Amino acid sequence: MNEIFTASVFASAIRLATPYIFAGLGETFSQRSGVLNLGVDGIMLMGAFTGFYAVYITENLLIGVLVAMLTGLVMGLAVAFISVTLKAEQGISGIGVYLFGLGLSELLFQKLIGTPKSIVGFTAISIPGLSDIQFLGIGEIFFRHNLLVYVAFALVPISAYVLNRTPLGLMIRAVGQNPQAADAMGINVARVRYFTVTLGGVMSGLAGASLSIALLKVFQQNLTSGMGFIAVALVYFGGWRPFGILAGAMLFSFVNALQLQISGIGVDIPAEFAVMAPYVITIITLIFASKRTEKPTALTKPFERGE
Amino acid sequence: MPSHSQRLLQNILNRLLDMVPTLLALVLAFLVASILLFALGADPGTAINSMLQGAFGTENATAETLVKATPILFVAIGISIAFRGGVINIGGEGQMIAGAVAGVTTALVLKDAPAIITIPMSLVMGFISGAFYGGIAGFLRAYFGVNEILSTIMLNQVAVQLMNYLLNNPLLDPAELGTNHIPKTARILAEHQLPRLTINLPEVLVSIFGHADLFAKTRLHYGLIIAIVLAILTYILLWRTTIGYRIRAVGQNERAARYAGINVKRQMMLSLVLAGGFAGLAGVVQVLGLQYRLQTDGSPAGFTASAGFNGIVAALFGGLNPIGAIPASAFFGGLLVGAQKMQRDLGVPAALITAINGLIVVFVVSSQIFTQRRQRRRANIAVATVDMPEADEPVQPVLEEVV
Repeated sequence: MNEIFTASVFASAIRLATPYIFAGLGETFSQRSGVLNLGVDGIMLMGAFTGFYAVYITENLLIGVLVAMLTGLVMGLAVAFISVTLKAEQGISGIGVYLFGLGLSELLFQKLIGTPKSIVGFTAISIPGLSDIQFLGIGEIFFRHNLLVYVAFALVPISAYVLNRTPLGLMIRAVGQNPQAADAMGINVARVRYFTVTLGGVMSGLAGASLSIALLKVFQQNLTSGMGFIAVALVYFGGWRPFGILAGAMLFSFVNALQLQISGIGVDIPAEFAVMAPYVITIITLIFASKRTEKPTALTKPFERGE
Repeated sequence: MPSHSQRLLQNILNRLLDMVPTLLALVLAFLVASILLFALGADPGTAINSMLQGAFGTENATAETLVKATPILFVAIGISIAFRGGVINIGGEGQMIAGAVAGVTTALVLKDAPAIITIPMSLVMGFISGAFYGGIAGFLRAYFGVNEILSTIMLNQVAVQLMNYLLNNPLLDPAELGTNHIPKTARILAEHQLPRLTINLPEVLVSIFGHADLFAKTRLHYGLIIAIVLAILTYILLWRTTIGYRIRAVGQNERAARYAGINVKRQMMLSLVLAGGFAGLAGVVQVLGLQYRLQTDGSPAGFTASAGFNGIVAALFGGLNPIGAIPASAFFGGLLVGAQKMQRDLGVPAALITAINGLIVVFVVSSQIFTQRRQRRRANIAVATVDMPEADEPVQPVLEEVV
């Protein structure tokens, strides 16, 4: 067993959690205001590609991150327009956004890059002092990661604070819980939802970049293979709370890391079952999450004034 | 009171007007696609011409278009049922795989039985297997409140891995044993394959096509006929039977349906079971009619070629009406086949079609606000003149979702 639960497994679990945390936190804001954005995976793919391409051309990581976030911003605005202004059914239109991102990212990749290319990407930053802690492998597990990993984990308490302790968070929750009442109190429901969905888009773009220029340092067709959908599921599992998202993301990335480790050391489990595990676990967690009562009441319901 | 013929005319006119936003959505999608093509350095006109040539330019091209359209139509029929019933089935991919696995296994097990037993049994097992797979999501939605969009997406991934496992192990073609094998089953006996489809042209048309047996040398198979017949039967099921009425009632207004004494949970499950069954048929027909074995490259769309997703697009484009899905599927089949020629001629990756499909979904769903507004106004006028709207008029369902 010691061969399986090594410090490097825990460390890679923390790294793998990054995209889930970025995308999950963004989706939390969006859903808390009452909008289900199912296009997360498509936005992640576009963010992953544009971020990768920017680094490939400019060799500047900051530009890569900014380009990915800008892509997410544009796509987030589009999703907001579709679901808030046009009041389109959010589940199906989200699948449309996903297909668009899936197709366009592959198209651009084949046209602009062609064959898989490597880039330098983010490298691990060892935190002086802390990264040398030998006890339980703490140094290796927590303090030798790339910058985006630290950013993702820092965003968890910040998001929780914004949602629970600031006037902005109160507005977002009010709009998601009772848009009629929020509207009567003078809150612009549409504007709040535009803000949260666009923010969700930016975070999804960042999630994609964290995959393509930090974690894997590569882009290929369908790079995310459904991670965006798992991130949406994590929001239900996490009870629409940032720390819940963190817990869910860690569970997932730990299963992922274990799966890699198990196939690495040749334990006799068919590879297919190991790959399947995260998806089965998602379904099981959704069953348990369905009993939750924290769900925003107005989720997926377009706001009609004066009804 | 308007006369019967007046009302009929009004009805036809209304339906035509309802199609306008959908067609505008299509035009808009192609406008965006043209801009994309232009940005990629390809002339949109040349590209569209190349696609049309590739899709319908020759007898064989047309046949290939219809071959591609067949699984899309099966899936679209099921999606129409599900969406009408108020459940969003994104699980076409997984359900296709479930159907194909059960179908090919049946055909291989019953290899000594006559075709009259093996072929129908394989089709039935494919339907049942797909229905069961869809039923899992239906059961979780109805009794545990699990969002069926998410569960079906996850079940798609599970199905791909299960298929990969089965094809590499128990179902592996014995001839492929060895380390570097291709994951595929043994080939289905020739007499257990769905026959090729040839259309015998009447005398008048022979001079146009040059020969009497249309599609004789192509891969077109009887799966297309099965799909078209089922599309018509499903239309009858949805709009002419109590079962269909109940499914649609749940989709239009869950609460009203419950007050009317309809078992909403059971109807939701039924919608997903039927949707899964049709996707399962798509899978097994693909095996029996085209590939003659189950084979994959290991990637998610390795077997399905994304027909499970394209069926959603076709169903929406067909107005969630199984008969509307017939031309819609042919259209998307043409897009896919045409895109391959476009890729060869102009070097524009065929992935463009996936992006266009996404745009069409977004635009069609977004345009529903206009259709609904018109229908609401029409209903109000109807109430004002004490003239009840036609009971069988397909009204867009209000897709509301719980999780």
